[in-house]
Amino acid sequence: MPMIDLDRQTVRELNAALHRLAPDTNETLWEVTNSDGKHAIGAGVDAPIEIHIKGHVGYYCAGMNKQASICIHGNAGTGVAENMMSGVVHVMGDASQSAGATGHGGLLIVDGDAAARCGISMKGIDIIVKGSIGAMSAFMAQAGNLVVLGDAGEALGDSIYEATIFVRGKVRSLGADCIEKPMAKEDRARLAELLRRAGVEDGDLDEFRMYGSARRLYNFHIDNIASY
Amino acid sequence: MAASRSTEPRFSATFDRYTISEIQRAAATGIYDIRGGGAKRRVPHFDDLLFLGASVSRYPLEGYREKCGTDVVLGSRFAKKPIHLKTPVTIAGMSFGALSSTAKEALGRGASVVGTSTTTGDGGMTNEERTHSSTLVYQYLPSRYGMNPDDLRRADAIEIVVGQGAKPGGGGMLLGQKISKRVAEMRTLPEGIDQRSASRHPDWTGPDDLEIKIEELREITDWEKPIYVKVGASRPYYDTALAVKAGADVVVIDGMQGGTAATQEVFIENVGIPTLAAVRPAVEALQELGMHRKVQLIISGGIRNGADVAKALALGADAVAIGTAALIALGDNNPALESEYNKLGTTAGAYDDWHEGLDPAGITTQDPELAKRLDPVAGGRRLANFLSVLTLEAQTIARACGKSHVHNLEPEDLVALTVEAAAIARVPLVGTNWIPGRDRY
Repeated sequence: MPMIDLDRQTVRELNAALHRLAPDTNETLWEVTNSDGKHAIGAGVDAPIEIHIKGHVGYYCAGMNKQASICIHGNAGTGVAENMMSGVVHVMGDASQSAGATGHGGLLIVDGDAAARCGISMKGIDIIVKGSIGAMSAFMAQAGNLVVLGDAGEALGDSIYEATIFVRGKVRSLGADCIEKPMAKEDRARLAELLRRAGVEDGDLDEFRMYGSARRLYNFHIDNIASY
Repeated sequence: MAASRSTEPRFSATFDRYTISEIQRAAATGIYDIRGGGAKRRVPHFDDLLFLGASVSRYPLEGYREKCGTDVVLGSRFAKKPIHLKTPVTIAGMSFGALSSTAKEALGRGASVVGTSTTTGDGGMTNEERTHSSTLVYQYLPSRYGMNPDDLRRADAIEIVVGQGAKPGGGGMLLGQKISKRVAEMRTLPEGIDQRSASRHPDWTGPDDLEIKIEELREITDWEKPIYVKVGASRPYYDTALAVKAGADVVVIDGMQGGTAATQEVFIENVGIPTLAAVRPAVEALQELGMHRKVQLIISGGIRNGADVAKALALGADAVAIGTAALIALGDNNPALESEYNKLGTTAGAYDDWHEGLDPAGITTQDPELAKRLDPVAGGRRLANFLSVLTLEAQTIARACGKSHVHNLEPEDLVALTVEAAAIARVPLVGTNWIPGRDRY
C-alpha cells in the first residue's frame, strides 16, 4: 500500500503520482498522513482507488474527483469534493463551506456538520450530511439530492432548480422558489437508498421532509419581481 | 411673405428620441431592456490616440521587407506548457448557447488559420470548438456549467472568469428561447427555462481564496496549463495586483465596450469603465510588482482594427482579445440582411437583440435553420482574413515607429487628441508635452 507522508513529500508529488495511475493499477489502496490542512489534496483523481487521509484537510480536497473513494479522517476545509464527477468522498469530521459545490455526480458523506452553501449549484451529486448544514445551502442547486439528518440554516434551496432536499430536523427558512413537497413512493425509495449508502441505519423516512423547486422563477415574469 | 409664427420643433438633448422611446417601452412592459453587445455610448477610446511615427530622431523599418514580429507567449510564469500564438489578437470567450455551433466552429477555424486561440464561454466546451481550435482556452465560470476535469485537461489554457466588461459584478443570463435540448443538457438544466449564471463563484471569495483555487486547478492539470484571470474593467490597478498575487499567469481586462450575450441595457451602459482607462492602471500594477511581461496582460473591449491593437500594445498590453468584431467578421449585422433586420424592428448596424435567438445571420441563435445560414468554413475564412488584416495593420504601424516587434511599441510613440484621453492614457496631449494629471502646466 503506497503511504505518502506530506511532511516528506509535497501535495504536488502526491497528486502527480495519483494522476499517473493506470485504470487497471494494482495500487488501489493509499494512505496519506500529515495532511495538516494542506490544500487540494487528492484533487483531480481519476482512478478506481481508495485513499485514506489521516488528518484534517484544507480547501478543495478531492476536487473534481472521478471514480476514487476518498476518506478524510478529520475535518475538511472549503469546497471538499467540489465539482465531483463520480466516486465517494467521506468526511469523518465536519466540512467547511461549499461542500460538494457544483458536483456533477458521486456521493459525498459528511459525518459531522457542513457549513454554509453546502451543495451550492450542485449538478447531480448526492450529498448526505449526518449533522446540520449552514445558510444558503443548495443555492441554485440544479440536480442531485441533499440529505440532512440535522437542521438546515437560512434560505435553504434558494433559486433551486431540479435538485431535491431531504431534511430530518428543522429548517430555519426556505429561499426563493423553494417549497416543501409531498414525498412520493419513488422519493422515499431514493431517500432510503441514499441513507443505506451512507450507512445510516436509524433513518426513519417519516421523520424527513422533502423540498424542491416551485418552478415559479424558471422564466422571468415581472409579477414575480418581489421574489428576486 | 408673412413671417412664420412657429419655430422648428426642438428636441431635448436630455430627453432625446432614444430616451423617450425607452421610457415609453418601460412604461408599457414594466421590465428593463435586455440586449447583447457592449456599451454603445461614446467613451474615450483608442481613436483618441495617434502614433507619432518615425522622424529625424526615430528610424522606421521598411514595410514588406524588414521583419516585424507579432508572436506572443502566454503563461510563461508558472505553466509547464505556455501557449505560443503567432498574433497578439485572440478570440474572447463566447459560449455555445449564446452562439450557434456553426459560429463556434467558424471561430475555431478562423483563429486556427492565423495561429491564435479561441475561448469557450459559459456552458462548457463543445467537441466542435475543441476540434476546430488549435489553441483553446477553457473558461472557469461561476456557473460551472459543463465543468469537468477531462475538458480542463484537454484545454490549452484555463481562464478563471471573475467578470466581464459589459457587466462587472453581474452574472450571466440566457433566456429560455435559446435553451435548446443540447444547451440544456450541457448545463444540466430543464429545456426552455431562463438560465441564470451566478455572479459569484460558489466556492471562493476574495483574493486569498482565489490563490488556493488557482493552486487546485494547477494540481488537477499537473501545472501544465496557463491560468488566466479575467475581470471586467472597474478597478484594474487593484484587480491586476490581486490576480498577480493570487498566482495568475495571465490577466485579462475587459472594458465596458466588450460585448455580452444578454444583459440589462442600464447595466451595460452604466457599470464599468472604458477599455482605454483600464490599460495603464493594469500595466502600472504589473510594473510596480516587477511582473510586466512576466505575467501577460490581455486587453479586450472594442478592439476593431490594427490601430486599436497597436495602441493597446503600446500602452503595455501583451495581447488583445476580440469578440464583437469577430462576430461582425463572421457576418453579424450584415447590410445584405437589412430586410430581415427590419422585420425584427431594427436595422443592420444596430441589431443587438442577440438574446432572442432570432439572428438572421445564424450566429447568436440556437434555431437549427437559422444556424445553417452560417457556413462555418466561409465564416472561418472571413475571420481569418480579418485577423490577418489586424495583424498586418499593427505591424505597419509598428514598422513606421521603427519597431522590429509589435511588443516594442511604447507609450512614447503615442499622443492624445483630447485632454481626457491624454490623462487616461498618460501620454501627452497632441502638440504639447502635457500629460494631464501627471504634470502641472
